[in-house]
Amino acid sequence: MTLATTDLQINLIVFLLATFLGLELVRHVSRLLHTPLMALTNAISSVSIVAALIVLADPKDDLVLVLATVAVALVFTNIVSGFGITERILRLFRQRKGTK
Amino acid sequence: MNDTIVEYLYVIAILFFVISLKWLSEVKTSRYGNWIAASGMAVAIGGTLLAYQVQRIDLLIIAIVVGVIIGTPIALKVPMTAVPQRTAASHAFGSLAVALVGTAEYYQRLPNIDVFTLTVLCAEMILGYLTFMGSCIAFAKLQGLIPGKPFVYGGRNFVSLATLGVAIALAVYLIANPTHSYILPFMAGFAVLFGFLLVMAIGGADMPTVIAILNSYAGMSAAALGFVLNNQVLIVAGALDGSSGFILAVIMSNAMNRSFTNVLFGGVGAVKIAASTGPAVEGGRTAQAFTVDDVATILEDARSVVFVPGYGMAVAQAQHVVKEVADILQSQGIDVKYGIHPVAGRMPGHMNVLLAEAQVPYDQLWEMDRINPLFPETDVAIVVGANDVTNPAARTRPDSPLFGMPIMNVDKAKTVVFIKRSMSPGFAGVENELFYLPNTMMVFGDAKKVLADLVAALKKQA
Repeated sequence: MTLATTDLQINLIVFLLATFLGLELVRHVSRLLHTPLMALTNAISSVSIVAALIVLADPKDDLVLVLATVAVALVFTNIVSGFGITERILRLFRQRKGTK
Repeated sequence: MNDTIVEYLYVIAILFFVISLKWLSEVKTSRYGNWIAASGMAVAIGGTLLAYQVQRIDLLIIAIVVGVIIGTPIALKVPMTAVPQRTAASHAFGSLAVALVGTAEYYQRLPNIDVFTLTVLCAEMILGYLTFMGSCIAFAKLQGLIPGKPFVYGGRNFVSLATLGVAIALAVYLIANPTHSYILPFMAGFAVLFGFLLVMAIGGADMPTVIAILNSYAGMSAAALGFVLNNQVLIVAGALDGSSGFILAVIMSNAMNRSFTNVLFGGVGAVKIAASTGPAVEGGRTAQAFTVDDVATILEDARSVVFVPGYGMAVAQAQHVVKEVADILQSQGIDVKYGIHPVAGRMPGHMNVLLAEAQVPYDQLWEMDRINPLFPETDVAIVVGANDVTNPAARTRPDSPLFGMPIMNVDKAKTVVFIKRSMSPGFAGVENELFYLPNTMMVFGDAKKVLADLVAALKKQA
């Protein structure tokens, strides 16, 4: 039980620091790029596929197996479309500055 | 041994995600940001597969193939005008996945599930399921499958919150009696219903704020799952996503002059609708209608022109012809800029993307705070498809529902050209004072057609 508490504390610290870091980083993102920012953070949060894979590795019964499989399909859709569309949007901004 | 390697792979993934956001802050490095984030994802997935042997490889492959089949066309084909819908759809997918994993995790751990884990799981599931349904509704509204108008009725806030209350009460019961798993579908059902009611009550023009909030919720539910699984990469990615959505929501709500609490509790849209009868503008005033040729004449003597685009421009698909007009003006030595209001478009930063797609150089895109001081020195401001965000009543009339909202001060320009289909008021249902100012030239017609005519007129003149 002591171990669980320690884990929780570490996780809380990680969460708080990551939140503050996220706030600082995002605050400095140019408004120009807010749409690709949302597309990218969305793709990054698809790392929840890790959770789906862990469950999929050792499912207790068929229900768990099905839930995890569907989750993997959903998240993988987001990974492909998320990074793909971010790339497409960012390419639009690639052109050289100023055409006077 | 494998476990240690995986821990370090997760650390690398976290590092890559953080660097990616740093690189995204500037246009120059932004694409590297996307690539390093994708690499981080690959590292995280690879590490997980290494540490946890999936037995049913067949199912895994099917799931991945399905993901690729659905995801690829979305990535390659979705037009830039539809990016808000696609964002809403991805929030729906992501939060549903997280909710399903949470549900799976609950069944997996039964009957030995401690109070803490189950509490976090319940919070995660409620957040996930409500975000899923809320995002589905946001998608349907943005896609035009259901009317964008807010669905309002007396006591709707009470009904919505009561629905959420029931979901939470069921969660509390489940936490007290972990083995009563029949409770779970009902809890999920009420969370779904709450998400439905929450977003149905919100108007189409408020979508930038709503999408940002849903983004934040989706991130938070992913982070919660990280707590359950004791997985830091999930916690960090979820926290980054959540804080990003939060900041964007704050920026959007500030730009619409709403308190953040108002937004959080789904009060979005309510204020404006209540005021939709609006204060009567003194009658008898007429707006001056002008022709495209008049505009061309004015532009002949101009030295600086600022375009103020709104979502109407995107609807009319007029961004390319706006660029054509701008090109002609520039070739005559006129300084051209674009003034972008934070809520122009259907999601944060949407207007910038649409203009970038029309190959407008990004250094001509000016944020509201930077462009506003320049309007007094601007010869002609051309408003295309924007309305409420240009209404000077927001500055001058305390009785206006728009009062206090930051606006584009186009009225300070020497001449304002306002392209509009008819005299109908904007989303807020308030008449735009701008129409009646002596320096305003109203040009009635479809934005795309008016601007195409303007291109012809300018060419003739030259």
